[in-house]
Amino acid sequence: MAHGDQNQAHHGHHITPIATYAKILGLLVILTILTVAVARPVSGFDAGILNAGIAFLIASVKAAMVLAIFMGLKYDKKIHLAIFISAVFFLIVMFTFSVLDIYTRIHVESTL
Amino acid sequence: MSTANSHSHNSNLAHHFKSLDQQFDAAKLGVWLFLATEILMFGGLFVGYIIFHGLYPEMFAEGAKHLDWRLGATNTLVLLLSSFTMASGVQYAQTNQKKKCVTALVITFLCGCAFLLIKYFEYSHKIHDGLLPGKFFSNHEAEHANLAMYFSFYFCMTGLHASHVIAGMCLIAWVAVRASKGQFNSEFYTPVEGVGLFWHLVDLIWIYLFPLLYLVG
Repeated sequence: MAHGDQNQAHHGHHITPIATYAKILGLLVILTILTVAVARPVSGFDAGILNAGIAFLIASVKAAMVLAIFMGLKYDKKIHLAIFISAVFFLIVMFTFSVLDIYTRIHVESTL
Repeated sequence: MSTANSHSHNSNLAHHFKSLDQQFDAAKLGVWLFLATEILMFGGLFVGYIIFHGLYPEMFAEGAKHLDWRLGATNTLVLLLSSFTMASGVQYAQTNQKKKCVTALVITFLCGCAFLLIKYFEYSHKIHDGLLPGKFFSNHEAEHANLAMYFSFYFCMTGLHASHVIAGMCLIAWVAVRASKGQFNSEFYTPVEGVGLFWHLVDLIWIYLFPLLYLVG
């Protein structure tokens, strides 16, 4: 807890300046405008399957900023980051095994 | 009891904790564990959506056409602003600025109201057009036979999210009242911190729901 950080309350909790929160809000708004601007239904920008990839990449950058600054994971105890990552890990496990199951099923067209 | 006496003047410290710091850490650990279960709950719906989207891409594209990205984008901005005011509210509690803390929490609450109001307009439009989940679906202009599935996902995901917004608003109202009574300070602001984390998670989930439902289709 004693990182010697200058922005700490006397009992050791990190205090983020409001200006930092405001900067993050500004970046989040800019990224929201960007993700709308490159969306097919809005601007007709068509990159095929990449449209979805770009949208979720932008969403992940936004999520990372919310997690790091608003939720304080950047300055927090690493155990909280570990809990978050473990949730995401098991989500990926659920996703991977479900997709492997559904998309490797053999469609039976005939009765042999 | 002699070691605990140094804190005995503080009514915020529960007797089974050694110090306010220990109490804060335990509470925050609990909140994060709860958030992990929330991520997995919403995660199941996301996985289902992606799999069925892969199986019926044209049907999902038709469903997405019924959503208005302008309303979704407005709601995204409303929630982002509310996350900022929530984070500020925690900071004001940390730095003993009672009035600013209450103001920030009230603005956060009002952002929640605005989000739900926009959601209400979206829902009533869908209900009017008969774009409802499963057997309640009654839209006769649907091109794809199983379009009802899209709206099952739509209402489950946004409905579960909206219920989290309502729960978050109740919690924010609770900490705002406590803050106005001067119950929080730099020594003790655990409830504001915990409610803040929950509210940011609600924002976080919407950050993914918005492109998933409104933009990618």
